[in-house]
Amino acid sequence: MPALNTSSLPDIIFMLLFFFMSVTSMKEVTYKVQIQNPSATELTKLEKKSLVRYIYVGTPTKEFQKQFGSETRIQLDDAFADKSEIADYIINERSAMNESEQGLMTVSIKADKETRMGVIADIKQELRKAYALKISYAATQRTNY
Amino acid sequence: MADISFLLLIFFLVTTSMDVNQGLTRRLPAPIPPDQKIEDTDINKRNLLVVKINSANQLMVQGQEMSVKQLREKAKEFIANVNDDANLPKLYEEDFGGAIGVVKYAKNHVISVQNDVDTQYQAYLDVQNELVAAYNELRDECAHKYYHKAFNELDEEDQKLIQKVYPQKISEAEPKNYGGN
Repeated sequence: MPALNTSSLPDIIFMLLFFFMSVTSMKEVTYKVQIQNPSATELTKLEKKSLVRYIYVGTPTKEFQKQFGSETRIQLDDAFADKSEIADYIINERSAMNESEQGLMTVSIKADKETRMGVIADIKQELRKAYALKISYAATQRTNY
Repeated sequence: MADISFLLLIFFLVTTSMDVNQGLTRRLPAPIPPDQKIEDTDINKRNLLVVKINSANQLMVQGQEMSVKQLREKAKEFIANVNDDANLPKLYEEDFGGAIGVVKYAKNHVISVQNDVDTQYQAYLDVQNELVAAYNELRDECAHKYYHKAFNELDEEDQKLIQKVYPQKISEAEPKNYGGN
């Protein structure tokens, strides 16, 4: 029996590769907090990724719990942060942007669904201070209750 | 050759994520300058819908206990005030032009969401979601009535017009402790 001809295998794999490259996006950061997205129905997509900055809120993952405890924590970029650092972070990020795009910046709050609202309210106050008024509560789509 | 492309493929599978960015978009009020006194803006009681969420994620709407599922209907009834009820927001007549013309609408209504420090994020989002859904449904009904199309099939100008008829006014107070600790 002749061996299977595999000379076209690279082409097929490359095709798969390009498919995945076009439909996916790079991970923004490595999560240091555990986040289970809340769900909602009336969602809007965030169009331009370059205009979106993220604030992650949740309990630290297993390997960080020894160091940081199991209380809800805020993560900015790749590090844990205190809520007082949010305003500085946003202002920094905004000034790094194109001047014409600064007003369009959106802050996406990715918070765990079990988070207490006190934490979220604190974040919102900080965002108001930094004049980052366009926000989005990240959530996953659900069909009904 | 195939090995190299396999390697690349696996690399991309590991480093990328499929999730799309979506969420409930909201606009926060601008901060109050420190030298400005906080004035209690006087809102006529009939123009105000108060939604309170306590630490056990229970809902109270206008002093009445309610489940989240009922909230959408209640909010729609409040925003539209179809029968010009004296207890629901005052209606103002205005000429919007376009296909809509002269319409009565609740110009000054406000929905106030108040939550406790211990309210769960999901419960809070559920409430926000229902309120936004109420607006979306009303706008969609309006689009069907005047344009015979769904709201998101309309062009931008007509959408803006309908948004003016049903302006989204959800105000959020700072969280308070509503008992139940």
